Amino acid sequence: MQRVTGAAGRGVPLRGDDIDTDRIMPARFLRAITFDGLEQHVFEDDRKTTKHPFDDSRYRGASVLVVNSNFGCGSSREHAPQGLQRWGINAVVGESFAEIFFGNSLMIGLPCVTASPADVRKLQDLIERRPDTEVRIDLEKGALDADDLHVQVSIPPNVRDALVTGAWDTTGLLLDRYEEVDAASKRLPYVSGF
Amino acid sequence: MGKTLLQKVWDLHTVRQLPTGQTQLFIGLHLVHEVTTPQAFDELRARGWKVARPDRTFATTDHIIPTQSRQRPFLDVMAEDMLVSLERNVRDFGIRFAGLDDDRQGIVHVIGPELGLTQPGMTIACGDSHTSTHGAFGAVAFGIGTSQVRDVLASQCLALEPMKVRRIRVSGNLAKGVYAKDVVLTIIQRLGVRGGTGYAYEYAGDAIERMSMDERMTICNMSIEGGARVGYVNPDETTFEYMKGRPFAPSGDAFERAKAWWLAMASDRNASFDDDVEIRAEELTPVVTWGVNPGQSIGIDERVPSPESAGNEKQAVTDALDYMGLRPGQPIAGMKVDVAFIGSCTNSRLSDLREAARIVRGHRVAPHVKALVVPGSVSVSRAAEQEGIAEIFRAAGFEWRGAGCSMCLGMNPDKLEGNQVCAASSNRNFKGRQGSPTGRTLLMSPAMVAAAALAGEVTDVRRLVN
Repeated sequence: MQRVTGAAGRGVPLRGDDIDTDRIMPARFLRAITFDGLEQHVFEDDRKTTKHPFDDSRYRGASVLVVNSNFGCGSSREHAPQGLQRWGINAVVGESFAEIFFGNSLMIGLPCVTASPADVRKLQDLIERRPDTEVRIDLEKGALDADDLHVQVSIPPNVRDALVTGAWDTTGLLLDRYEEVDAASKRLPYVSGF
Repeated sequence: MGKTLLQKVWDLHTVRQLPTGQTQLFIGLHLVHEVTTPQAFDELRARGWKVARPDRTFATTDHIIPTQSRQRPFLDVMAEDMLVSLERNVRDFGIRFAGLDDDRQGIVHVIGPELGLTQPGMTIACGDSHTSTHGAFGAVAFGIGTSQVRDVLASQCLALEPMKVRRIRVSGNLAKGVYAKDVVLTIIQRLGVRGGTGYAYEYAGDAIERMSMDERMTICNMSIEGGARVGYVNPDETTFEYMKGRPFAPSGDAFERAKAWWLAMASDRNASFDDDVEIRAEELTPVVTWGVNPGQSIGIDERVPSPESAGNEKQAVTDALDYMGLRPGQPIAGMKVDVAFIGSCTNSRLSDLREAARIVRGHRVAPHVKALVVPGSVSVSRAAEQEGIAEIFRAAGFEWRGAGCSMCLGMNPDKLEGNQVCAASSNRNFKGRQGSPTGRTLLMSPAMVAAAALAGEVTDVRRLVN
């Protein structure tokens, strides 16, 4: 089991609220039976039509994505966090996340931490000013440091524990005491018969 | 203190608290389709796991299938690969499958209820965010990603965090020409696209109670567009009447016993909610989206906002107007449309098509409009043919297509081209959603789409329904 205790690396700021998973990974790239190569298509349509931070050479090699509110809303496609992770993103900092995106990211060991809107903007400003700044996130301490910027970041305690203990890869855990699953299912009349 | 339906279902399906503090929840029904599952099945193979409960799993194909010709192999080799992969997976793992040649095929959120697979009191998961649709039956139903699909396949369980419950009471009567779609678009507009994060939405009140199952499904379907992963309506006589005689529903005495259990799952009268919201149905008008998320909508009589009046949403409004090619303060009525799409898991059921056909009967689609109807399932399609609805659409110049997700998300050949404007009965107006990176979507009720198709522009359906 791989423990995820935080992340460290240069940042890439992506401004804007409600960035949906259709924008992160347009649906036509879901026409495949593996996740291979999805990193080539992250934000593809936005990058064609706007000047996008993912094409800005100053942020090349960045691994901490800094977003605003409700990031990852819309479709449940795991292809969105898969594409980001394969592109090299190891953590996302934002004002807030859509629930399914947050859960999908956890399932692949990609931590999504929240900070206050003011702190997120400070961090985005700082990275834009000094793209070489190293951003360090410590999940256990709930702390983010970037040069002289020190901000508090949050993640629900259960999710933090799952990441830092390596229990985010849940299948083994869920199969662990399968007799209890059987017992629970037998309590349900629609399973055992009305 | 009483309990909500969500709490009852949650407690009953809890297997245990995991060491992480998350809840291990048993999933009563797992619905599978071709887009979000191939990688999950591959992981099962790689780890040597079986599907734990094939008897609680059901698959169909909907997202990628062409709606004009079902001939195999598909012209799109990637789509063909995906269907071949699903066909192999259901065969290898022994999963029930409504495939391309099956009379039961259709959009996963249309066929679950049609077949009686969807039942009150269940937990339902599917690798699709619109799984909230099934909440119309008083199920706790939600979308998941591919790794969670793997978990459900392998263990029939998920590791989850609990949810809060917001009750949204809709009371009073809807005016003619105002539909369930307008109710849910209004809810999203008022509470915002992020307002529901962390919540399940319980839809209640006399207006919801009077609604048919199809209408309730439209409302629950779009919960996720308001940020709520789960939306539900308490089961009642309308629910039970719908369930009766469905292939997978209990029958005879078992149906009566089931009914008693289903009823007991409804929220208690004295249940407490984390939040309460009231909506007056009389105040509602037909709603149209003008922007790039489902919360950016206005009444048909209104004008699109200007960035100056948008407060801290100024940048978002500027971007959205720019993408949509709209001027600040422009009336939405009269906006020219190029395409009219009636379909999707939100609004492709028989009653949706009936209502749209009522508008269309005896008229012609405007010459510059490409109009298509994509029924939600083979069964809806056949019923519409028998009732003569399909013929009404064809005679008016609509294309009558085969069942699938189609132009809701453009994963099949049905896509917008360039910056076409589409009046759509679907659920998302995100940038590029309908298959063209610059395509523009206006969400509205199926009747409003029908009206727009005839007029060639956005128009008030209330003038046509009396």
